[in-house]
Amino acid sequence: MVRYIGRRLLQMIPVFIGATLLIYLMVFALPGDPIQALGGDRGLSPAVADQIRSQFNLDKPLIVQYLLFLKGIFTFDLGNSFSGQPIFDVVARAFPVTIKLALMALVIEAVLGVGIGFIAGLRKGGIFDGTVLLVSLVVIAVPTFVIGFVLQFFVGVKAGWLPPTVGGDVSLKSLLMPAIVLGAVSFAYVLRLTRTSVAENLSADYVRTATAKGLSRRRVVNVHVLRNSLIPVITFLGADLGALMGGAIVTEGIFNIAGVGGTLYQAIIRGEPTTVVTFVTILVVVYIIANLLVDLLYAVLDPRIRYA
Amino acid sequence: MPDGTMPAHSRPSEDATASTPRPGQTHFVADVSQTPVAVVDKVDESAPASSLWRDAWRDLRHRVLFWVSAALILAVLLVALFPGLFTSVDPRFCELRNSLGNPQSGHPFGFDRQGCDVYSRVVYGARASVSVGVLTTIGVVLLGGLMGALAGFYGRWFDTILSRITDIFFAIPLVLAAIVLGQVFSEGRTVLNVVAVLTVFGWPQVARITRGAVMSVKNNDYVTASKALGASRLSILGRHVIPNAAAPIIVVATVSLGTFIVAEATLSFLGLGLPQNVLSWGHDIATAQSSLRTNPSVLLYPSVALALTVLSFIMMGDAVRDALDPKARKR
Repeated sequence: MVRYIGRRLLQMIPVFIGATLLIYLMVFALPGDPIQALGGDRGLSPAVADQIRSQFNLDKPLIVQYLLFLKGIFTFDLGNSFSGQPIFDVVARAFPVTIKLALMALVIEAVLGVGIGFIAGLRKGGIFDGTVLLVSLVVIAVPTFVIGFVLQFFVGVKAGWLPPTVGGDVSLKSLLMPAIVLGAVSFAYVLRLTRTSVAENLSADYVRTATAKGLSRRRVVNVHVLRNSLIPVITFLGADLGALMGGAIVTEGIFNIAGVGGTLYQAIIRGEPTTVVTFVTILVVVYIIANLLVDLLYAVLDPRIRYA
Repeated sequence: MPDGTMPAHSRPSEDATASTPRPGQTHFVADVSQTPVAVVDKVDESAPASSLWRDAWRDLRHRVLFWVSAALILAVLLVALFPGLFTSVDPRFCELRNSLGNPQSGHPFGFDRQGCDVYSRVVYGARASVSVGVLTTIGVVLLGGLMGALAGFYGRWFDTILSRITDIFFAIPLVLAAIVLGQVFSEGRTVLNVVAVLTVFGWPQVARITRGAVMSVKNNDYVTASKALGASRLSILGRHVIPNAAAPIIVVATVSLGTFIVAEATLSFLGLGLPQNVLSWGHDIATAQSSLRTNPSVLLYPSVALALTVLSFIMMGDAVRDALDPKARKR
């Protein structure tokens, strides 16, 4: 087990370096000179521009800049954004909100997706199953922003059940609707995955054995089938946590949430390469770690999987 | 026999020649056609040779889902190719006096805030979405398929490197990457730019699926036989491995076509996708947002068109997947 974790940690290194380097090159390949843009229409005097460049290490070769950036990440010295705020503060302000939102979305999609998918899988081919499948397809097909607008309008504005926007009030209640919107598409995937998995496992040999040795149907279904069906679902959910945090841009825009997505979007539009790179790097790390945890969870869920 | 009749298979009147010993024969030997071997030995050549695809087709023909999605896809393609057939109204002819006007004859969906005909914009918007979806899918299948096939077929260090590269691209969320890269083309973005951006970050999924499929196919007996007959690795890959590994790739391609259309709409919605002068559902939905509270129908029509298009491709992928999977096949 320890050796397995070690090997997985080693495998994370090239993925981390590759992904951050890729992002770094992409962001710094953005057109226009962000330093000159700081001066507006009048522009900056060459001396000032040079001074700012050296302050942000932009006068050094790209690869040196990248290495300095990595050093900053590992020493938690992220430097300042172009507007002068310490990036660490920007991160500390944005991430808690989005982590809360993403976790809420994850819980909603996991509980509802597994629950409904489980029932549908047990009654494969029935009316409930058919309806649920069709609804899940529709949820996947309708873009997140349309779901967002429609819910915001009907639930938030017309009915007034939930606050239509979040703004400064980051409470569970105000984040509920954004979390539903954020998790909607993944909910459909979780549902379909659970359903297929349950339906497949119902005819597995171990289920027949469990029934044959006299276990009640309740125990067979709730323990044997459900536990084994959750394995692919857990994989999906783990990978989804990273996607939810990175994909919150649209949702956060609609509901006016000052989280990762909103900050990142503003940073991209305003040409703040240092902020963009830092945020994306953290998102990549979240994704990698979530995947590692999922792999380790496998052993708990499926005793057949042994790590050599 | 008590009643004097003979078993049907040796009636002397018809098969007299067969039941009499031939010259040189000491024992009676029945003709093959009169023995039980005949039944076992006979191959019914009139029945069509069964293959994965033929079985799948036989299964698909009976699925309602397949026909519904096929009809929808055909309709969407037709609208995308020949929008002029479906409306004679110019989608760019907008009069402010019609702003948010109700439906009237010739304008079944009414008018948007700028006074443009919504129906005509929905019809003309199909082309952008469909072409981004189709072109991206082609790009992703070519790039991801090639990478996955090479990794799965050649294995070893090649596989290790390609799999790590796939991991790297997987670690970056698609929309996020597209937003960042979309900025690179911020001036003079074209449909092809959007396709390129989505392809560069969309291929890993196809690559993973292809790799898995190729790895499971390459150990089959017919591949070994082909190798023994002296076929080159490249011809084995082209003639045996890729055609037999194609099923899961086609399924994932169909489903991701829908996903790419959604991704394009999301990018256009954020203002980082197609340029403003291209008619697209994403743009129209983004613009309609401002009139949602008074005129929800302006948002409704392009959204429904987008959802139906995506739905048709996802349903098609679903139907094909079920048909190709012998376990899920209903008989």
